[in-house]
Amino acid sequence: MQIEPRENISPWRVVLAPVTAIGVAFFLCSFLIAWTGESILEAYGFLFKGAFGSRFALSETLNRATPLIFTGLAAAVAFRAKFWNIGAEGQLYFGALAATLVGTGAINLPPILMVPFLFVAGAFAGGLALLGPVFLKTVLKVDEVVTTLLLNFVILLFINYLLEGPLRDPMSMGWPQAASVIDAGVLPALMERTRLHIGFLVAIGAAIFVWALMRFTIWGYEIRAVGANATGARFAGISINKTVFLVAMLSGGLAGMAGITETAGTKGYLTLDLSPGFGYSGIAVAMLANLNPLGVVISAIFLAGIYVGADSMSRAVNIPTYIADVLVALSVLSVLVSLMFVQFKVRWR
Amino acid sequence: MDWLELFLSAGFWAATLRIAAPLIFGTIGELICERAGVLNLGIEGIMTMGAMAGWMWVFQGGSLWGAVMFAAFVGALFGLLHAIFVVHLGLSQHVSGIGITLLASSLSYFLFRMILPDSTTPPKIEAFKPIDIPGLSDIPFFGEAFFSHTPMTYLALAIIPVAIYILYRTPIGLATRMAGENPVALEAQGINVLAVRTGAVMVGSALMAVGGAYLTISAFDAFFFGMINGRGWICIALVIFASWKPGRALLGALLFAGLDAFQVRAQQLAGGDIPYQFFLMLPYLLSIAAMVVIAKRMRYPQALLQPFRRGDRI
Repeated sequence: MQIEPRENISPWRVVLAPVTAIGVAFFLCSFLIAWTGESILEAYGFLFKGAFGSRFALSETLNRATPLIFTGLAAAVAFRAKFWNIGAEGQLYFGALAATLVGTGAINLPPILMVPFLFVAGAFAGGLALLGPVFLKTVLKVDEVVTTLLLNFVILLFINYLLEGPLRDPMSMGWPQAASVIDAGVLPALMERTRLHIGFLVAIGAAIFVWALMRFTIWGYEIRAVGANATGARFAGISINKTVFLVAMLSGGLAGMAGITETAGTKGYLTLDLSPGFGYSGIAVAMLANLNPLGVVISAIFLAGIYVGADSMSRAVNIPTYIADVLVALSVLSVLVSLMFVQFKVRWR
Repeated sequence: MDWLELFLSAGFWAATLRIAAPLIFGTIGELICERAGVLNLGIEGIMTMGAMAGWMWVFQGGSLWGAVMFAAFVGALFGLLHAIFVVHLGLSQHVSGIGITLLASSLSYFLFRMILPDSTTPPKIEAFKPIDIPGLSDIPFFGEAFFSHTPMTYLALAIIPVAIYILYRTPIGLATRMAGENPVALEAQGINVLAVRTGAVMVGSALMAVGGAYLTISAFDAFFFGMINGRGWICIALVIFASWKPGRALLGALLFAGLDAFQVRAQQLAGGDIPYQFFLMLPYLLSIAAMVVIAKRMRYPQALLQPFRRGDRI
């Protein structure tokens, strides 16, 4: 078996490959559903209806997609430069912490200023959480995979400490949760009687911003160059350390903003179950989108749909909700393989 | 002096060995993969799968050693999947590994929930019992600390010399190391690089899964969610700390486990003066610190992360 690059990459393949791959993932998953004894079509029907079937379902899906767009962008930007930031979960909590520190009464601004201020604070805190790993990576050549991963655990324990100690809301009846974000900082709702808030639009704005940055600016060019060929980029006069630092701040900042949408939007206050693994799912989002910032929006909505739909599916028929994670993992792996066949062909000898 | 007593208690040293054992399996497994040139970030998921598979085997009435074999088999299967992606198809090792972790852990939880739909307290099994080594276990202090463990703990200690022997003293070990240092030279010797790497990843993944199974059938007697809790990632840090040498991996695992055993006991000694979360942070922070210390002298396998295609030239 020989794997060779294709001479010309057909745009049809670029579009069809991920779609086919997701079909394959659903096909493989249907074996698990068959095992549970439920009807496959019925189960997928419930999944789809639960995700997109009604105005409420759609709003829940888009609400769940909001932090995923941010963490997906965080992973996409970092992975594009081959900076393996697996710490979006911790950076998200740092963003949420910033929202609690400045958003629960310490600073009072009118809503029109308070909301943007919170996003800036969250981005700042998210970048701060990556400062250690990026310093170790650029100065001491310490592998960032492990440092960012392990910092997730450290940050979560730190938040745990704060919520049981100094930051615990005295009005919370003993629950480990922080005070609520003041009214001026709460993200305004987008649709009546749903949880969907303006954070979704900010997320889409962020996706467009990152896309434009990567595509039209020198910084974006340098990021892509470092990722494609670090040695070549250095010979071309690009400072690798500077670029990696920039990528890290951008990536951490985006992940930190996910903490804002959850603290100031969906939840209203910081708790330990603020994120059901948004940071890790963001990696799946970025991979499904082939690290394309605009693709991240679509794949985040797709993933959110699977999670929200699986919740309502497991209420309707007897299938564990973990099927959603299996479906996502299978999609990631099959999209990964399918994208390889876009660029390479296999010749059997 | 309370703190001195802590280090002089046999329970502390016994706990250190108990905490180190799964890390040794995982670290040696990851080390074998990386020595052959393949980073395996699937470790966290493969350990979860091993924990679930081993526990399930015993829960369904199988024997304990059968469970170890079954966990190893399932681990090797996931290793094969990773190898197909990164060795044969040449996909990104980081991305595929994370994908394997997502798949293996979600599949474990799904299967667990399928077989036990609504159990709030995880059912227990008859786990491995500590066996006293005749003669040695009667020695005061040392007996309790080192010679009264479960068979799997001894197995963990035994695989270190085996790994050293195979890696450094046999042709197959030489081929494995060459696949990670200079695959082109290996190919020139007429040895199939892809086969060597595939084999190494499968064996390494089997060991990781056994490390996961250790938790459910030797250290504890039940499977619960979030059981691995970052142990796989710690193993990756330990491989770097060990500079890809099995002997130093043992040292690293013991140091780490000792600190973990220490922080649990120190929490009690400190009373409530220092919040317990800071003690729990220590092992993770130490792992990062160990990597910083080692960074300057680090010598990683030269072909790590590099896909090999037959007929490639330098």
